[in-house]
Amino acid sequence: MALALLVAACGHQPDPALTRGAPYDPYEQSNRINHENNKRIDRAVLRPLSQGYTAVVPDPIETAVSNFSTNISLPGAMVNSALQGNGVGMTSDFYRFLVNSTLGIGGLIDVATAMNMPARTNADFGQTLYAWGVHEGPYLELPLIGATTTRAAAGRVVDIFTNPFGYVIEDPEVYYVAGARVSKGLTARARYSDTIDSVVYDSADGYAAARSLYLQNRRFKVSGGRSGPMLDPYDTIPGARSGGAVSADFEDPYDQ
Amino acid sequence: MTSKITRRHLMASGMAAALVALLPRGAFALTDAGARALVDKVVREINAVIASGQSLGSMIGGFEGIFRRYGDVDLIARSTLGADANRASPAQLAAYTEAFRGYIARKYGKRFNEFVGGQIEVVGVSPVKSWHEVQARVKMTGEAPFDVRFLISDRSGRDLFFDMVIEGISLRLSERTEIGSMLDRRQGNIDALIADLRQAG
Repeated sequence: MALALLVAACGHQPDPALTRGAPYDPYEQSNRINHENNKRIDRAVLRPLSQGYTAVVPDPIETAVSNFSTNISLPGAMVNSALQGNGVGMTSDFYRFLVNSTLGIGGLIDVATAMNMPARTNADFGQTLYAWGVHEGPYLELPLIGATTTRAAAGRVVDIFTNPFGYVIEDPEVYYVAGARVSKGLTARARYSDTIDSVVYDSADGYAAARSLYLQNRRFKVSGGRSGPMLDPYDTIPGARSGGAVSADFEDPYDQ
Repeated sequence: MTSKITRRHLMASGMAAALVALLPRGAFALTDAGARALVDKVVREINAVIASGQSLGSMIGGFEGIFRRYGDVDLIARSTLGADANRASPAQLAAYTEAFRGYIARKYGKRFNEFVGGQIEVVGVSPVKSWHEVQARVKMTGEAPFDVRFLISDRSGRDLFFDMVIEGISLRLSERTEIGSMLDRRQGNIDALIADLRQAG
């Protein structure tokens, strides 16, 4: 009910976070404190742990565990695609889940990608809120979680409940799923180590760099940049994303 | 009397200029096929540099050459400086552009090893505003493919790249943030920024 009011309140107005040109970051001061703490945690725990983990665990096993974790997240994405009215995305995720769970031995092998099936939607409840017309809201950097926005953070909380597996899986198996997620995170931290380090540690202002990259990437994902035409009856930005081009919102640099 | 004519002349030539600007650049316009061919050519050259197995220094040199030939470096550099480009002297702007080109080549050139064995596949082209966006997918072994878009314009007089967008992240806009932070660190001193940029990347 509160959500319905929130959606109604937003209506069809253009999202101010997108139209103002600069990041909407009223909580910058506390965000920067969290950023420094997150860096400390990364240096002390996450980075060394991910390096140790990658050194010990063979690559194929890391990939298999990551694949498993991705596969088990698909039903949650299907629920969100359904809530967004994205039938195409829901169907393609369903077939991907079907193929990887059977031919891919319970999701350990990503057969679907090898077969050139459509990319997964990666739909989450933050994206569903976007589809419903909720504005992006202020940028946030949260302890441990990192870069997000108020809309994405609210989506994460709801997504704890959107995955049907959350209701089906019993006690011991729940920990396998959680463990696979942690493993996937460590693998990703190690695999993109150079990229993450260059943004967070080597930039002139690591906080501003991470904020810029997160917001650009998040807006791209939320608008379905990769999954082609997505039903979006509540599109808040008139004329944007025409023809699926991501640069449609850019100002023409030759005009300056 | 003469001044009147002059004014009329001025107005007429102004109108003509405006008309020329409004005309579609039909005969010279960048086409989908042209944009695609340009991306194919650059991808081939980048792949050749990666496959050459040279030292990191030569690879960065090779990448800088490609950037210089196919990228609109003047425009990209100017655009990363943002509004501060307006208060820079022509000499500063030239020095900045030079330093920026080396910085980009070092920063991204040393990451090229990560793309060894990757494949870039062009999946589509669409005209956007005054430019063309070439959509491509990069396939890496053991990873989900990711989305790369090359933005190409002919507004400099030649068909040149002015941006590359990876999973929605524009290199030009990200570097604008970075250059802005570097300039802030130097209290807006452009000469100090240029000196920093020569060492960075």
